[in-house]
Amino acid sequence: MILDPKIPSGPVEGKWDRHRFEMKLVNPANKRRFDVIVVGSGLAGGSAAATLAELGYQVQCFCYQDSARRAHSIAAQGGINAAKNYQNDGDSIWRLFYDTVKGGDFRSREANVHRLAQVSVNIIDQCVAQGVPFAREYGGMLDNRSFGGAQVSRTFYARGQTGQQLMLGTYQALSRQVAAGKVQMVPRTEMLDLVVIGGRARGIVTRDMVSGEIRSWSADAVVLATGGYSNVFFLSTNATGCNATAIWRAHRRGALFANPCYTQIHPTCIPQHGDYQSKLTLMSESLRNDGRIWVPIKQGDARIATEIPETERDYYLERRYPACGNLVPRDIASRAAKIVCDDGKGVGHGGRGVYLDFSDAIQRLGRPAIEQKYGNLFEMYERITGENPYEVPMRIYPAPHYTMGGLWVDYNLMSTIEGLYVIGEANFSDHGANRLGASALMQGLADGYFVLPYTIGDYLARHMGEERIAADHAGCREVEQEVSERIQRLLSTTGKRTVDSLHRELGHICWEQCGMSRNAHGLQEAIGQIQALREEYWDSVTVPGSGEELNQSLEKAGRVADYFELAELMCRDALHREESCGTHFREEYQTPEGEALRDDKHYSYVAAWEFGGSGGEPVLHKEPLEFDNVPPTQRSYK
Amino acid sequence: MRLTLHVWRQKNHDAQGRFVTYSMADASPAMSFLELLDVLNEQLTERGEEPIAFEHDCREGICGSCGVMINGRAHGPEKGTATCQLHMRKFKDGEVIRVEPWRSKAFPVIKDLVVDRAPFDKIVQAGGFISVNAGGAPEANLIPIPKPTAEKAMDAAECIGCGACVAQCPNGAAQLFTAAKVSHLALLPQGQPERTRRVQKMVDEMESYFGSCTNFQECEAVCPKGISIEFIARMNRDYLRGSI
Amino acid sequence: MSGLSNFYRSAVGKKALMAVSGIVLFGFVLVHMLGNLKLYQGPEKLNAYAEWLREVGSPVLPHSGLLWIARFVLLAAVGIHILAATQLTLRNWQARPQKYKQREVLEATYASRTMRWGGVIIGLYVIYHLAHLTWGRPWVHSDFIPGDVYHNVVSGFQIWWVSGIYIVAQVALGFHLYHGLWSMFQSLGWWNSSNPQDWRRRFAQVFAWIITLGNLSFPLAVLTGLVK
Repeated sequence: MILDPKIPSGPVEGKWDRHRFEMKLVNPANKRRFDVIVVGSGLAGGSAAATLAELGYQVQCFCYQDSARRAHSIAAQGGINAAKNYQNDGDSIWRLFYDTVKGGDFRSREANVHRLAQVSVNIIDQCVAQGVPFAREYGGMLDNRSFGGAQVSRTFYARGQTGQQLMLGTYQALSRQVAAGKVQMVPRTEMLDLVVIGGRARGIVTRDMVSGEIRSWSADAVVLATGGYSNVFFLSTNATGCNATAIWRAHRRGALFANPCYTQIHPTCIPQHGDYQSKLTLMSESLRNDGRIWVPIKQGDARIATEIPETERDYYLERRYPACGNLVPRDIASRAAKIVCDDGKGVGHGGRGVYLDFSDAIQRLGRPAIEQKYGNLFEMYERITGENPYEVPMRIYPAPHYTMGGLWVDYNLMSTIEGLYVIGEANFSDHGANRLGASALMQGLADGYFVLPYTIGDYLARHMGEERIAADHAGCREVEQEVSERIQRLLSTTGKRTVDSLHRELGHICWEQCGMSRNAHGLQEAIGQIQALREEYWDSVTVPGSGEELNQSLEKAGRVADYFELAELMCRDALHREESCGTHFREEYQTPEGEALRDDKHYSYVAAWEFGGSGGEPVLHKEPLEFDNVPPTQRSYK
Repeated sequence: MRLTLHVWRQKNHDAQGRFVTYSMADASPAMSFLELLDVLNEQLTERGEEPIAFEHDCREGICGSCGVMINGRAHGPEKGTATCQLHMRKFKDGEVIRVEPWRSKAFPVIKDLVVDRAPFDKIVQAGGFISVNAGGAPEANLIPIPKPTAEKAMDAAECIGCGACVAQCPNGAAQLFTAAKVSHLALLPQGQPERTRRVQKMVDEMESYFGSCTNFQECEAVCPKGISIEFIARMNRDYLRGSI
Repeated sequence: MSGLSNFYRSAVGKKALMAVSGIVLFGFVLVHMLGNLKLYQGPEKLNAYAEWLREVGSPVLPHSGLLWIARFVLLAAVGIHILAATQLTLRNWQARPQKYKQREVLEATYASRTMRWGGVIIGLYVIYHLAHLTWGRPWVHSDFIPGDVYHNVVSGFQIWWVSGIYIVAQVALGFHLYHGLWSMFQSLGWWNSSNPQDWRRRFAQVFAWIITLGNLSFPLAVLTGLVK
């Protein structure tokens, strides 16, 4: 297989405009003849479904939640980037493009990133028109803040709930199309497989989570917007329902999976506090603007934080990175925390935590100023931990948060299966090996509002007049049969172990061996452990209840089964990539100072994996990356 | 901590439900309420019983999925907190806790503690949006919006759509939910063209499912986002202005 | 017209009508209480005031004309108030077919929770009050002299259980007014954006107390012998 990214020719800044002109269009009167399935209703899926419907296509949009509004985009706190240059501080589309390519540690596609930077400005216009109440200055103009170590203030925000407000904007646009009859919203429904006939995606098979009904839906194109796979680690900041089943099933049907080892570990999360813990909670990265991160110099220091004198504290980020200090990018901050904790200096439960201390900031700016800036975050911290961060330093630790890897897509966001589009976090395209803060919301909305609606038209126009398959086509029936058999198999296992207990064990393996730092030996070991655990899973898991009712254990069981396969691929990808880049840190490949050491000569490519059959070895395909505009350098934040 | 839980169990919408009592010997004060249910469910599953179905997703208090009546209060004893962010340290050792689903004609029970909140979607579909197509938006800074106005709109827009307002209201009214969305959009300049039409359609839709407001203020007391009933007055005024 | 009928069909509209009719009834009880203070000025003044109520408006209006207009308006207000309240109540009772085993009361005041039954008590009391002191039916007032309001009030209130009925009813009215007055602002969408709770609550409290204390003073004054 030759991977063709279909990047338009010509200078990077003109690619998208020319491509838009060159794409085929569907006549307005013909659009209603096309059915498009959108799976997922978050920022990417919701905006795509709404926009396709506005254009005139008939859309069916699926989500596993009870309402489209609850997709996990809603939990994003910090903000959304856009190259508006409202602050007159030297921002531009080119700078956002440059920052994102560099932030991704030169493992993303230049053309995609430039397009993202280009449409970022339209996103803000669109959201404001929808009624998103972004923060304002007293003069009534939109406010910005700097975020995640950027040198300019380009982040738009709505208190600490930017994701929520953008999500509601999308949900409102989607609701409008539901009312207009252009979108059929299908909530509480999970996609369990993809129907591929003649090499083209022709529909999906779903399970109604209330009645248990398995059925097929056919369409002219299928769009997956089902988010990332951080829950492979069991403990992550993702919602408990987030899952990779849709993309994994598509992968098994022929879509290549790109860069699965690029998983982002967010540095400022509330540490784990017990074995029963179900998820980790993220605290906005903006806290690092005023908080100072430290650990005791002495290993195993059991004193409470306020009793440790200044001279016995190690402000390790300020020490190691004097230029950026506490504001170094996410991957660097996370890894540094792991290093000090591995060294026995960690604090709190199990020694897995570092202090984020606001006492200096409170002294310098006064408590009211800190309350004004971070009041809601401090409250949230206190609610969860029972500790008052105005008096004692917060304890934080990194947690899985976002996955840059995902299904491989070309410039048009089409996967290697014809007619199967993948948008948002579910694809791999824009963030390379590390995503910058406030860029996820930007990418989700860029894909959904401004990229996919054009590129999908080009595909549909080429298939104008072709007959759509019926939902009772033999190809659909076959897939339905497979889905039902798999469910039956899960229900009929007669083991004793709960799905969660096995998932927790899988997560532990991934976190230890394929988390913030990796090495060949650990990864090889992990692959063996995962395979063994997967076998145990199918023998010893217990799933109570039946398939013909609301059965949350069954839902989880199917998702975890897919995670076993995905986890193995993630480790294999991490093992094959013998370099360190972005969030992928291989201990064998580091500079003498302990920084990531990239190997552009051998690894400047996208690793896209083809499913090798059950139990078979996955096959690696490479899409070489070329950097004509942003020459690769070593990232330095010292 | 030792706890006794009376939990509502109901096989499906048509089945008769009842309270089932569970005792838990090993709850931790640092657990969230949902983690307590997780632990109980693990134990039930290991015993071969069916776990308790309850709704949850983000567990950060923002998605609005979770929500149960805990000792007669929507989302439990801590003010301004969704069920997922309620921690067991708010309970006493040995406490007896009653857990019930939201009860409203508009929110039928699907199973155990899971209810169907689809009417909330219908209310938004009736008009809770600004009609602007992607691509048709003017430059974002074209219309300045005074900071206090934007902040007020944000106060309303924070609603997470959990349904606690309906659950606690003695009348089963959805005024706070509807008023929050109506006010969010009515406060902003972009929301003006459809302001009257929007409030009428949304109120009419709301009333086809829910009871009506008699100003008890119970909704505000349990709202995890502390949304003010001031917005209900705003909605009433817009509705009346449009009708007369 | 369809706009108006739609308006009445909606619960928000019904609540607005309850607020408007409530304002009329509030105005009435306030004026009624203030007028009755003439009790403390002796029989001549009170009886003259009662006679003036019949004569006011003449000769433009016939004798008792304005009084009848007022009575008609009040009757309409009472009718609307009760009809809307009944319809809303029935509808709200249907909104939760399955009750909670346990539901705590958090913010709802005692006054707000007793609006319905308080309203019923006030309604029954008004009928009794009319039969007692307006129509002077012998089976409720054995010593009724038409035209001698002062005598009728004093002799009526000298019976302890009659005063008891009035006292209970006035307390019920006080609670009803307290929640009703505050609720009125909410239902009509009047609020003060700086601090919406405060002045509306205070307004409701002050007027509920004024009317309740004023009205309570009459039977108490008679019972204690202050007014003979």
